[in-house]
Amino acid sequence: MSGPSTYVPKSAIGRWFESRLPIIGLVHGSFVAYPTPRNLNYMWTFGAILSFMLVSQIVTGIVLAMHYTPHTDYAFSSVERIMRDVNWGWFIRYAHANGASMFFIAVYMHMFRGLYYGSYKAPREVLWILGVIIFLLMMATAFMGYVLPWGQMSFWGATVITNLFSAIPLVGEAITTWLWGGYSVDNPTLNRFFSLHYLLPFMLVGIVVLHVWALHVVGQNNPVGVEVKNVQRDTLPFTPYATLKDSVALVLFLIFFSWFIFFMPNYLGHADNYIEANPLVTPAHIVPEWYFLPFYAILRAVPSKLGGVIAMFGAIAVLAFLPWLDTSRVRSAAYRPVYRVFFWVFVAVCIGLGYLGAMPAEGGYVIASRILTLYYFAFFLLIMPLLGMFETPRAVPATIADAVLAKKGPVMNPAE
Amino acid sequence: MKSFKSFFVAAALVAGAASYTPALAAGGDTPKPERLSWSFAGPLGAFDRGQLQRGFKVYREVCASCHSINRVAFRNLAEPGGPQFSESQIKALAAEYKIKDVDDKGEIIERDGRPADRFPKLFPNTDAAAAVHGVAPPDLSVMAKARSYSRGFPLFVLDALPGMAYQEHGVDYLAALLTGYTNPDDLNWNKYFPGNSIKMAKPISDGQVEYTDGTPATEAQYAKDVAAFLMWTAEPKLEERKRTGFNVMVFLFIFAGLLYFTKKRVWANAH
Repeated sequence: MSGPSTYVPKSAIGRWFESRLPIIGLVHGSFVAYPTPRNLNYMWTFGAILSFMLVSQIVTGIVLAMHYTPHTDYAFSSVERIMRDVNWGWFIRYAHANGASMFFIAVYMHMFRGLYYGSYKAPREVLWILGVIIFLLMMATAFMGYVLPWGQMSFWGATVITNLFSAIPLVGEAITTWLWGGYSVDNPTLNRFFSLHYLLPFMLVGIVVLHVWALHVVGQNNPVGVEVKNVQRDTLPFTPYATLKDSVALVLFLIFFSWFIFFMPNYLGHADNYIEANPLVTPAHIVPEWYFLPFYAILRAVPSKLGGVIAMFGAIAVLAFLPWLDTSRVRSAAYRPVYRVFFWVFVAVCIGLGYLGAMPAEGGYVIASRILTLYYFAFFLLIMPLLGMFETPRAVPATIADAVLAKKGPVMNPAE
Repeated sequence: MKSFKSFFVAAALVAGAASYTPALAAGGDTPKPERLSWSFAGPLGAFDRGQLQRGFKVYREVCASCHSINRVAFRNLAEPGGPQFSESQIKALAAEYKIKDVDDKGEIIERDGRPADRFPKLFPNTDAAAAVHGVAPPDLSVMAKARSYSRGFPLFVLDALPGMAYQEHGVDYLAALLTGYTNPDDLNWNKYFPGNSIKMAKPISDGQVEYTDGTPATEAQYAKDVAAFLMWTAEPKLEERKRTGFNVMVFLFIFAGLLYFTKKRVWANAH
């Protein structure tokens, strides 16, 4: 879609530079002239929001690292120093801690949008798989970041999650010891988690660049789910149209974000993490951060430890196979009346699993977790493949322009 | 657009589920702490200086015999957003404490406290504290954030909403705990403590601390004042945070409006 840039610099020095390193032309082709389907709705603004969040997390994280001490004796105190004695430290820390949650809210929106509109289907399989890798890296980064303040939940969360690897037959114990750098979560663990927590975001940047590159090769999907046929009729240039729309969404998202930072900075956290880590005292309930809760519920739904670990990682891995599990010829759920119902049930199931992940693993909660876990996997492994064969989709418009015209009437105003 | 809104509601619900987690301190079948009214609650909240000063007095005369506030420096008590004692009061206060230090010969000495010092620890470590008290009395610096309780579904979702926001669970729990010794035959029985048996015997009673500003010298008032003081020690930048947040929100709303109309204008010519 983007292809070789047609960008011609106006100044002589610009042309001199462009003929040696066409980077301005690359940016122009990717973020100015790049054609975007004219029917994109606000769900398509989360890509820009996620890019912002990645940069925001890196910037606040680098500043935090200037003041943080990755040592079991000083980590908790250094975080309190940041809150009390570093200029704007409270803001930087709350922005970073809540930023992680905002990052996940945005990524879940982005993923559900892809799921609803069939954005993973050919020719966007690689784009989607890169997204799954980004999600995995995000989870690893967030998990290790939560360990750094060295509170009770940091310590015990790290203990529970790293212990999962001990479920691997034969080599599990050895792997766990290797991960810890000792025989329990301790100073070597904290040190390496800090090192990796600083490294992974830059790997994320790399994969995000590939993700955007792949996107700009195949072009964006859109709510109708038909490909761009006529660039003139079906698309609008990225700037000013998408840039402005993304900006509106980003500022609205920042309002939401700021509400958390300034008025309820600890709402998404856990009070126990304001108690310094103590290996001798186990909290009554060990709970991961909210964005892991659905997967935590799946982990605990399976009666065997190894089975639970496989189910949990499988719940993420299955996403990578989605392009081939979905057999439907039609992309967008807007034209798939039956899929749409299953999709919204799936969203409800994910929320339900999130709720159950926060509950103690006992009685009715376990039974409910099992039922919802079954649906989670059935959605991908049974419903997706079978529905494509049995569902009768509604008529899909021939082109994006037709769809816009049908909605708006002859006076075309793609604003709303 | 309908689906967009549903997504947001869904995300908010998942996010809220985290807060439904029963907390360590206040789980079980203990009653929920009473929701008190605090001057520092809400987006425009600010501490009541008089209350913080009274709370500090209660802390010093009652709690400080067992509990440190080691993350608080004496100078903090004079800073904006806190009890705002005068510089001379802080100097005099700091001088009452002995601080361990090392002199220029490398000898360990004890010197008079200075405003830049932190409130000293009462014991070298938790084992030493436990040897004296049975259980080590925790440092209270961040206690108001280290305790919480859940109001359960669906109230925990409402707790997050503008206009209804409730973020004072921890401080309500502390105030409740201090007034929860309702069994006159057992001074270690507490209504709000998980399991009801608390190592800290009833610490305070009516009239124990003298108030000079006419505030009633009752147990409930002491509990409230010292809880407010501990909210400040846990979150000394609370006022700065909320004030900044208000300005940020005003800016963002205006910016969002301008951007929205610019976008509308540009898209109107999109044909």
